[in-house]
Order: sequence, then structure tokens, then C-alpha cells
Amino acid sequence: METNKSFEPKILAFLCNWCAYAGADLAGVSRLQYPPTIRSIRVMCSGRVDPVYITDGLKSGFDSVFVSG
Amino acid sequence: MKSIEGEAGNFTVTVRERPRYVDMDKCIACGICAERCPRKVKDEYNQGLAQRKAIYLQYAQAVPLKYAIDADNCIYFKKKGRCRACEKYCPAGAIDFTQREKIHKIKVGSVVLSTGFKSFDPSGYDIYGYGSLPNVITSMEFERILSASGPFHGHLQRPSDKQPPQKIAWLQCIGSRDLHAGCHEYCSGVCCMYAIKEAVIAKEHGGKDLDTAIFFMDMRTHGKEFDRYYDRAEKEAGVRFIRSRVHSIERAGGPDSDDLKIIYVGKDGRRQEEVFNLVVLSTGVEISEEMRNLAQDLGIELDIYGFAKTSSFTPVATSRPGIFACGAFAGPKDIPQSVMESSAASSACAVLLAESRNTLTQQKTYPPEDPIIHEEPRIGVFVCHCGINIGGVVDVPAVRDYAEKLPNVVYVADNMFTCSQDTQGLIRDAVKKNRLNRVVVAACTPRTHEALFQETIREGGLNPYLFEFANIRDQDAWVHQKEPERATEKAKDMVRMSVTKAALLEPIEPLLLENRHEALIIGGGAAGMTAALDLADQGFKTFIVERDGKLGGHAKHVKRTWKGEDGSAFLTDLVGRVQAHEQIEVLLDAEISRLSGFIGNFKTTVTTGATERKIEHGIIILAVGAEPLKPVEYLYGQNERVMKWHELEELFEKEPERIEQAEAVAFIQCVGSREPERPYCSKFCCTSSLQQAIDFKTRKPELNVYIIYRDIRTYGQREQLYKKARELGVIFIRYSLDEKPVVEDTLIDGKGKLKIMVRDHILGIPLELQVDYLNLATAIIPRGDEKLAKMLKVPLNEDGFFLEAHMKLRPVDFATDGIFVCGLAHYPKPLEESLVQAKAAAARAASVLIKESVEVEPTVSVVDQGKCIGCGLCEISCPFGAVHLVQVPGQGYRAENISALCKGCGICAAACPQKAIDMRHFRDRQILAMVEAGGSKLQAADNE
Repeated sequence: METNKSFEPKILAFLCNWCAYAGADLAGVSRLQYPPTIRSIRVMCSGRVDPVYITDGLKSGFDSVFVSG
Repeated sequence: MKSIEGEAGNFTVTVRERPRYVDMDKCIACGICAERCPRKVKDEYNQGLAQRKAIYLQYAQAVPLKYAIDADNCIYFKKKGRCRACEKYCPAGAIDFTQREKIHKIKVGSVVLSTGFKSFDPSGYDIYGYGSLPNVITSMEFERILSASGPFHGHLQRPSDKQPPQKIAWLQCIGSRDLHAGCHEYCSGVCCMYAIKEAVIAKEHGGKDLDTAIFFMDMRTHGKEFDRYYDRAEKEAGVRFIRSRVHSIERAGGPDSDDLKIIYVGKDGRRQEEVFNLVVLSTGVEISEEMRNLAQDLGIELDIYGFAKTSSFTPVATSRPGIFACGAFAGPKDIPQSVMESSAASSACAVLLAESRNTLTQQKTYPPEDPIIHEEPRIGVFVCHCGINIGGVVDVPAVRDYAEKLPNVVYVADNMFTCSQDTQGLIRDAVKKNRLNRVVVAACTPRTHEALFQETIREGGLNPYLFEFANIRDQDAWVHQKEPERATEKAKDMVRMSVTKAALLEPIEPLLLENRHEALIIGGGAAGMTAALDLADQGFKTFIVERDGKLGGHAKHVKRTWKGEDGSAFLTDLVGRVQAHEQIEVLLDAEISRLSGFIGNFKTTVTTGATERKIEHGIIILAVGAEPLKPVEYLYGQNERVMKWHELEELFEKEPERIEQAEAVAFIQCVGSREPERPYCSKFCCTSSLQQAIDFKTRKPELNVYIIYRDIRTYGQREQLYKKARELGVIFIRYSLDEKPVVEDTLIDGKGKLKIMVRDHILGIPLELQVDYLNLATAIIPRGDEKLAKMLKVPLNEDGFFLEAHMKLRPVDFATDGIFVCGLAHYPKPLEESLVQAKAAAARAASVLIKESVEVEPTVSVVDQGKCIGCGLCEISCPFGAVHLVQVPGQGYRAENISALCKGCGICAAACPQKAIDMRHFRDRQILAMVEAGGSKLQAADNE
């Protein structure tokens, strides 16, 4: 396997509307800086995340999937 | 507020509004003004530990999120029109130096005073060195130090050298339970709990090795779940609790050292000392001079400590009719109690103003929904600059042009402020002109602005669910400020994902359910009756179901409240008013046998003997009470001289010769409470025993009265009872759980007595007390409500009390809508707190009952019964009881959704192995389309 030091994983995030999504907003209000390689999808509960969403995320080209809630 | 004229139902309130010099309609809270403002001043919100600008936001979560100019410090006001930097740089043109003070006259029917407290200022108290020793700080300052938005960004540092402390001490009762001049004799009631919390969180910040010690007199963790927290802090987090009286704080070591030496007297009465790096003073609460003066001007009577004077029976009413008080202005209290009082105050207002309800309401009308919503998607995309908040990082025109090329997009625009009034108009026009049937806004966060844009498109004739957001500010421009190109790429991806979902959106009709306006109250004690009266007085038909043969519950044992009010007279009056009320129907000797339905539509069967009665109602209030534990220790039930709770005072009442002949009586506290099998405090036993002790001692001064206790928890103004009892000569002996008192029968001079062996906590030697009677303050235990809880689908906590939706913010609600709780069923509490909670439950219930129909968020689950195999996984996984299996003729069981109970979380949909359940507005195909839209571009980028 090729090692690439500049490898930046592309992350798909499922964020719960009530906590993690609010947390991501607060990171913005607080101007916390993080790499722009994350794409988030708001769900009404992390319990909504079907395993298929995760496998589909990986199939669609994301390197990892982050479920937070 | 300057004044209140008039009377209940018809007040004129004069309010002075100071100018903020910022136009609230224009300010977008971007913060550029503060960035440019050259004037730095001490930040009061951070307790002076940090600086703010002369134009500022009081704190990051302020509502409304709008800046204000502090004219006392602004250069423009100090130097006659100089500076104006904020005006120059404000992208929204929101600065307005011409604003002047405004006087408003407001006509209202009632007023609620919820002015809060002032934290005690320890500056005048030299023994603690506050103000002269830099590392002696107040608990409020420590709160700010722990906060991520605080002066050290949440890093645990001490003020003198910004070094992380290794040892921190908290000193309790600073300014409270203290008879020195300028201090207060009452207990502030909240400091024990906040000190423990601060110590635990400090350990989370500072690591395991951080040493934390709390110096206290009595640990007062009397609230729901508080004792568990105290136990965990000691046993799991390793917080040290040092029972002591602190003498003074001195500078420790040489002149270079900023460490502090605490000199104190330990529990054995010996002088000791210990060195710490940081000392936190747990300052109490008090009412400011300003508020006391205002209260005087308003004609509101205050108690001897400056808190609003209220009766135990009308706990939120001030001395002036129509004006109510809640929160710390009416006595020291914590958040849950303040929130309950605020709801109780709103109930009191609602009762007063019931007749004029809805007379000032205006109904908003919307255009009919255009049928174009069912045509092929025609999407309009509006990309927001948000001044320079987005536009300063993301290339907004590039995002707009990119959006134009996306499938189904027929209209694009970029706007300086998409949320502004005029842009809202532009969106509505664009919808009409371009026959748009889907709208995407790329701007800030749906959490604050989705409702606004849904409203906009609704006014434009579209269903509100045909709207989708792309959060390119909070989750893009603001967090990638140094990478504008990649932030722009991300914005494009986000817009593409949102447009993809938008194309799949479908209109959703509002879910309106019929609403019944009757209330059902389970339990006819003081709490149940109080709630019933508040509802019935507002015109709602109310049923009380009481299992006993008469109304009253445990309140009949309360002869007097701790304030000395007549409990029996109150109860007689309460029962009389309930029985006479034409809107209240009481069902005695009755039990709930069946219950079904949901908010607005409950159906209940009540059984009385052999008869059944079916009641339909809109809400339920649980006021089922609790009961005192019958102990199996201390000879209770074996020796008639051993009694519990009110039994001793009732005996002395009935047979006065008993007290005349007695030489000594004792009370043992915490019998069955605060023990491993029941690790909670029963909250009002200390007050109750002290009341009786004072009563006995007053009647017969030569009677020896002993109170054998673990911590005396006379919180708030009840502390005056503790002081009075000591003055009267009541003897207090502390015991610990590992060395409980031992009680034996004995015969002295031929008279039957009790012998109590207990270790004296100061001398450390065993004592033997001979008493005539022993009264046990036993735990208040739940009645075993598992069956009822199951029927209602509401939870109980580990101790068997009903578990509210949120301990602090929703103290009378359940997660299940339309069901409320009050009184002892929630947790042990004194009568006045039960009444507050009852009124709070009535307020919450009335907010449901008043509605013509219940509007339920329609983004709920939908079941395709054709795909369902009836496995029942959805029913098991739903936390709200919103999916259940029903029998379908010829098919066996199939899942069915109960929309009124559904919270839209989608756990059922994720759990369904057949994909037979989907969520409105968060459908599988919508989410999967977003996933693929987000991924494909990244893949393409990889291949380049």
C-alpha cells in the first residue's frame, strides 16, 4: 500500500440536529478552524443513520464516515 | 422598569429603554464592529478577567444576537463625535448614533418579577483576602475560567501567573449562614451543588492528579439526583470533602509565592492548615439594593432578607395583587425550582386574565399553495454573502454560477443579506416569476433560520417543506477562514448536496389533530387539587381521580408550614373550593384501569368499586404523591415510644400530659434516606424535625431535645429555624452512616424509656441519651407506580419517582407530550414546592388545552404496510411508543405509526429490516441522494 504523507481523508458526517449539528454551528460561532474536507448531512437523530448510508458513503468516494449524536 | 400604576387586570407599566445605538433590524452580529472598535474595557460577563470592546455582545449566546454600544466607554460619546470606526466598517449600516432613550407605557393585566439575584461580594471580608490575594477568586469567576468562551478559553489557569493549579480549594457559605455584618443568615441553597460541579469539572479539565477539596459545614445536596452526584464526586472523581470552619486565608511560603494557606478548624475541633494554589469562594446569593428600592417603589413587600415575601399557599403571589414573583427574587433557589416557579407565575397570570384570553390575538393568513409544486422540480438557489461573513472567505458569485449549472436549477441569485426583509420579498417575487417549486438558501444554519425561510416561501405560495438549506457560514466560511479556495469548493459541494435533496422534496401537509379541552388529574392531594383549581379557573373541565375515600393526601399532617402558616385551614379551604367548583368533578375511591391515546386525545377508564367510567381528555397531570417509609430499625413498630414524622406531635396534641411528663425527646434524621439502597435525600425532614423541636422547646423549655443528624439541610430561609433551635437549646449530634445510633428499651426508676447510644462528633466519645420518645424522620418513598408508568408510557427514575423530560429545563413535562407531573410523585419536597410544581404543571397543561387543535410536527415516520412483515423491531426500538403493531385481517401483525407521539428521530426507519418505514423530509432516497452527491465530486477530484 502506498503511503502518502499528505493524505487527507474525506469525511462524510451525519450530525444529529439537536447536539452534534448544533456543536458544529458553535465551532463556527467560536471560529474554531478545521480542515475543509468534511461534508455533513443533518439528520434529526443519529439513530436515523441506516448502515446502508455508511456503506453508500464509502462507495461514493468518502474515506470515512463520522456519525455523531 | 420605572413604575407600575393601576391594579390587577389593568396596569400601566412605564419602561425606560436605553439606546443601544445599533439598529436591531439591521445588525447581523458579524462582529466586525467589535473587531474594529479601538476602545477596550473590562468584560463584566467574564467577571473582569477578560476585556471586551465598547461595542459588544454581552455573551456569545445572547438573544437576540445583536451588538450594543456602551456609551459610558465609547470614544464617540466621550470625545464629542470622534472615532466612528464601527459606523465606518459595519457592512449592514446598523450603527445609529442618533438613538435616544425611549419611555414606553405598556398596558398589561399582570406583571411577573423575575429579576434574579446578585452574587455576594466578598471584597469587604478581609479574612479571605479577596481582592488582595490574586488567587482567591469567586465561584462566578471560576465558572468563567472553566468556560470555553471564558478568559482562558477553558484552560484551567490561575489568575496570578496563568499556571495550571495543582490544588484547588472551595470554601462554602461565603456570605451565607454567616452572622457577620454584611453577610446573610440564610442559606443560599445552591452553592454546595455548584461547588461540587465545579470541582468535578475542574478535574475533567485538569486531569486526575488535580487535587480538589471542598471546605463545608453541612453538605446540602437536597435536590433530585443531587446526593448521587455528591457520592460520585467523592468516590469516583476523588473530590475531598472537609467538614470544617475556615478561620482565614494567608499567603503561603515566601514573597514570590502566590500560593495560599487555609487555616481551619477540622471536625474534631482542632486547628489545621493546608496549602493550595487556588481558592474559590462559594459566594451566596442576595437581592441588590437597587432591586429592594424598586420593590419598595412598586409596593411589593419583602421578607427580612430582601426577597419577595410570598405565602407558602400562594407561592408566586406578591403582596400586591396581580404582580407575581418567581426565581431567586422570591428566595434563593436553583434552576429547576426557578423554572417551576416561572411556569407557576404564568399560571397565576393565566387564571387572572382568563376572561381576556385571545382578545388581542391576530391570525395570519397565507396564499393557497400553488399546484406547480407537483410539477418537475424548478429550483431557485439563493447564495448569501452575509456581509463579509461568507463573502469574505467564500467566492459567493462563483458558488452562484456553479449552482446555475446544476440539474433542475432554473434561477440563481446572490444577496448581501438573504434574511433581510427586502431579500425575503425578492425570494417571493422570484418564486412567482420563475414558477419555482423548490428553494435552496445557502447561508447560515437551519437551526436559527430555517423557520424564517419556510415562512417566506409559504407566503410565496409554496409548501414550507419545499425548502432546503446549505450551511455555508457556520460550517464553512467561519471554520475555514484561512483557506478561501477550499472553502469555496466545500460551499459548492454543500449547495450541490442540498440541490440534489431539494429535487426530491415533497410537500407535507400540516398534521392537525382534534384537541379535547378536558383535564385529568391523577391524585387528589394538595398538588392535584391546586393544579385542578388553576385549570378549572381558566374554564377547563377537570377530573380528579383519587384512590382514597377523601381529598387531601398527606397535607392533612401539615399543621403549620415552616413559616408558621396554618396548614389545616389552608387544606379545608382548598378542599372546599375544589368541591364547590362547577368545572371540577372528583372521583373518589377510584383507580385508572385503562388508558390509551395521546396528547389532545386521551381515553381513560376509571374504576370505582364495580362501576366503570370512561373519560375523554386532552392532558394528564400525575399528582399521585408518595409516602413515608415504615422503618424496620430503631425499634419502630416494637416500642410505642418510637414514632415517625408527624406521629409525635400528633400524640402531644392529643394527649398533652405526655409532653408534660416527658424529660427528653430525640429525633433521628435520614432514616432510610441517603443510604446505599435509597441514595437520595428526602429534602424536607430536617425542616420538619426542627419545626417540631422548636415547638416542643417553646412549650416546655426544660425538655431536653436532641436531633441526631448527618447534615442539617435547612436550605434557603429555612436556616432561621436551625438558628432558632440552637438558641432554644436543642442539642444537635452528628452521626455518620458507618456508625449509626443504637436504640434500646430501658427502665429507669420504674418508667419505660429509650436509651440511644451515639458517638459525639466533636469529643469522639460515646454518649448515652435517655429519652421518653424518639421520632424518626424516615425516607419519603414512591408508592410503586410501575403499573401506572407503564400504562402512560412515562419513565420512573432508579428510585421509583417519575422522571421528567429534563431535570432543569422541563421539570414538569415528560418526553411524551400532554402528560405532566407534580408533587411528591416527582421527588420529596415541602408543601410550598409541591404547590409551585402543581401550578407549573397546570400552566404547561393549559398551553395544550387552550388550542383548538394539536399541531404536530409532520416530519414523522410513514409505514408501508405492504412491505411490513410485522417483526416488531420498530416497536421495540421506538423510545416514544410512536410505532406499534396492529392486527390486520388476513395478514397478521403490521406496524402502524402514531403521528402524535412521533418525534421524527427515525430510529424505527433505521431499524426496519424490510425498509417498510421511511421518514417524511428525511427519506432514505433523499439522504442517499445527498450522500452520493457529496461523494461523486470528491471522487472526481481524486481522479484529476
